Amino acid sequence: MTRQGAYKESDDMLIDEPKLPQQGQIAALPNEFNPSYLKIYYSKLFPHADLYRWMSYGNDGKHPACDSSYLGRREFSYTLDNDIFVRYNTFNSATELENSIKDKCPLKIDIGPIYNLNPARRNAYAGDNVLTPVERELIFDIDMSDYDDVRYCCSGADVCLNCWPLMTVAVKVIDTSLRDDFGFRHILWVYSGRRGVHCWVCDRKARRLTNEQRAAVADYFRVYKGNENNYKKVSLMGQVLHPFLARSYTEVLKEYFETKLLTSQNLLSSEERYEKILEMIPDQSIASELRGKWQESRRSSSAKEDINIVRWEQLKQLLQKHKAQVVRRCVEEIVFTYTFPRLDMEVSKHMNHLLKAPFCVHPKTGRVCVPINPNNCEEFDPTTVPTLIQLLEELNREGLRSDVEGEWNKTSLANAIKLFRSSFLQPLLKICKEEMESSYNAKLQQSKNLLSW
Amino acid sequence: MQVVRSHQSHRSFSSSSGSVSASPTLPLYRSAPELEVRLEDFESFAIDRLRVLKGISDGLSRGKKPDEMEKLVNELWKTNMRHQDSSQVLNKDIISHFVLRLVYCRTEELRKWFLSMESALFRHRFRNQTAEAQRAIMEEFDLPCKAVSNAEFESLKDKLGQVARSIGHNLSLSTTDAIYYKVPFEEVPELVTGRKVFINQGYAYVAMNQVVSLVATIFRSLLSKALILTNRKWATSIREQEQHRLTPIVEALCSSYLGPDFSQPKEYGEISLKDIDQVAKSSFPLCMRHLFEKLREDHHLKHAGRMQLGLFLKGVGLNVDDSLAFWREEFSKKVGLEKFEKDYAYNIRHNYGKEGKKTDYTPYSCQKIILSTPGVGDHHGCPYRHFGEENLRAALSRMGVNSRAMEDVMGKVRNRDYQLACTLTFEALHAASCDAGINHPNQYFSDSQRLLKAKKDSST
Repeated sequence: MTRQGAYKESDDMLIDEPKLPQQGQIAALPNEFNPSYLKIYYSKLFPHADLYRWMSYGNDGKHPACDSSYLGRREFSYTLDNDIFVRYNTFNSATELENSIKDKCPLKIDIGPIYNLNPARRNAYAGDNVLTPVERELIFDIDMSDYDDVRYCCSGADVCLNCWPLMTVAVKVIDTSLRDDFGFRHILWVYSGRRGVHCWVCDRKARRLTNEQRAAVADYFRVYKGNENNYKKVSLMGQVLHPFLARSYTEVLKEYFETKLLTSQNLLSSEERYEKILEMIPDQSIASELRGKWQESRRSSSAKEDINIVRWEQLKQLLQKHKAQVVRRCVEEIVFTYTFPRLDMEVSKHMNHLLKAPFCVHPKTGRVCVPINPNNCEEFDPTTVPTLIQLLEELNREGLRSDVEGEWNKTSLANAIKLFRSSFLQPLLKICKEEMESSYNAKLQQSKNLLSW
Repeated sequence: MQVVRSHQSHRSFSSSSGSVSASPTLPLYRSAPELEVRLEDFESFAIDRLRVLKGISDGLSRGKKPDEMEKLVNELWKTNMRHQDSSQVLNKDIISHFVLRLVYCRTEELRKWFLSMESALFRHRFRNQTAEAQRAIMEEFDLPCKAVSNAEFESLKDKLGQVARSIGHNLSLSTTDAIYYKVPFEEVPELVTGRKVFINQGYAYVAMNQVVSLVATIFRSLLSKALILTNRKWATSIREQEQHRLTPIVEALCSSYLGPDFSQPKEYGEISLKDIDQVAKSSFPLCMRHLFEKLREDHHLKHAGRMQLGLFLKGVGLNVDDSLAFWREEFSKKVGLEKFEKDYAYNIRHNYGKEGKKTDYTPYSCQKIILSTPGVGDHHGCPYRHFGEENLRAALSRMGVNSRAMEDVMGKVRNRDYQLACTLTFEALHAASCDAGINHPNQYFSDSQRLLKAKKDSST
């Protein structure tokens, strides 16, 4: 990468590619993100064509129903070196998009909505005829730092295999609901590169939802309502749980809580930690009884059984046979508090919210934002996601071996790109084509009917 | 509709007839009907309806529950919308609505308010209609929903029952309870949002008693579009044509009924940075005091908190430079000077209308703050609503509220009268009564400053 300053197209041809680290030299280099490696990434590995085809939603074909202005009305934002943020980039073709990314080498690419007018010309529009979003995927952002009050292994930006199951739970619960309850089919889950996941719902219906409708869906998924000002964060009212909550509990939450998080987070093993749970119990006498029991026996009586599991059983025993429903319900409330997905509501509610594009590289970790398959998300391991350096090493090793598919096929990125195509892009484009054809035919039929009298 | 003087001189101001109402008592206001109205009635009908709408607005701000609102709406309607000639009651209803459309179509803020109040009014009146009238209205609205067949109902009965019990409705076996409508989920966002319906494969299953929501949404969207059209008509022809007759009335009607929005700070408001800590202790309402203290403590606030506090300070008289200095002082302790300038200064200037699309944002009213949804790491919102009881008591006693007043305040909180709770707090701390009640944090501030200034003046 050259010195900072304006990029001119002619410069592109003259820049030497920075030398790749030689084999054997790898150990000497810091395993960090390095902007100069991005240039190679964008030139050889980033799936430009796939991004283009996705964003076109079928409008890149020759069918008469294609809207050639469609892609050009989508906003892309770049974060450049030195934290320069450039909004309202638009492209009208695959080459424009690809060349721009290769040229500018953005540290991060964000995808915005499709506007009613071409946003690059927004200043030409005066008065009330303002730029309005007309289509935008329904998106969700789940960030591990929102769970800091229920995980003890890490906090803030860190993530490990002990707390990652919280993300697995989130993907399972939300994905199932999006498909079974809301009837959506074209859903892409992406690793955010560091500590969370993003979700893109790309069905046509989803893209056309209004802000109010998006807020409603996000709110349907909302259970945790707390912050430090209110100690009781989950309140499950009603005689029974809504079928969505009940299903989530029996299919996902209970199992993950009892078989994974209880032990990996040691939720009941120390006084500080079990107090947080005891304080959620509305019946003081039960809380005291448990407190007393646990203060006495610091170790579980049987060395084999994990102390957290033993204590949880004791807690459930006392609560579940209580006559007041509000006390019995507390068991579920605890489980929900420690496991139920926590979404960033603001991201989902507004059509104009920007979200990072898949396959970007996270600058703090060097990891690529790869897709996650919801059908086996429990196998996803954030610690083995390919990093930029790793990919460049692999390219180096494979050297001149040519690959018809593309350079990425020689690297660990291959699986990610194939997953993106087979489970998401191809089915989506197929439907787009079908929808386009059928609506076009319907219109033709309509005008034929008008003409024939 | 034609407006005439008592001794008849006609001027037409909108035409087009259309069926007045699918229901004998609840008009849908789809189009202005062919009616004559006397000039005097033009204004007085509108004022009567405005009393109803304003009453609804107050009720909503106080966080009244639906059944309380229903009682309130009935009372307001009965009191204000009567007519000595009973055959004229419906006409008064229709005329007053259309007059207020003229009054409230003219800016985005006015339209938003009118839309909210008329929708709330419609919703409550719809609930009181007979089942037949309700069905007629639904047909009129072309609702894209189908009644669920018996077969489908049987297969979903358990899940539907679960949902009903989860929201406190007991699904009995009576025939009306077995009537469900199937509608695409996006048509009923209010029901989706509270998980009040069973949703399956993109369809929401709406109980008869929830149909109100469906209908209200459609009413709202129709009215919203109509208001835009009315605005256009007003701006392009009516205002000019009626400049000597209806226009002055229309323009006067609006300004008398909405409270000040504090976008232009008054003289009492001027505060300087060096006094801000002192003034925060003495005159900030609890919501802003909490944000202020958290800011001093953590040297950081999340976005929603910055908006709520930042706009409040703007309304209080803090200018953009002082505001930047204030936020910079705090944030630079946590994130450093450079990051502040890079990430936060822009947004502060944005709030003052100095960046981007240059909207000059107005400070949030109590109603808006009460309706917000603070989440993890947030400190905005209304403490009377969003704090747990213990935290609220602690915060109030730190403010200096004595134990007797504390109980009164907590009583209001339990009753969800959050603004009354804040008013009582104000009264306790200032040893004075606040008859108007607190509707806006900046109002709390300016009232407080006024009282303190008066005390200082009288003691010198």
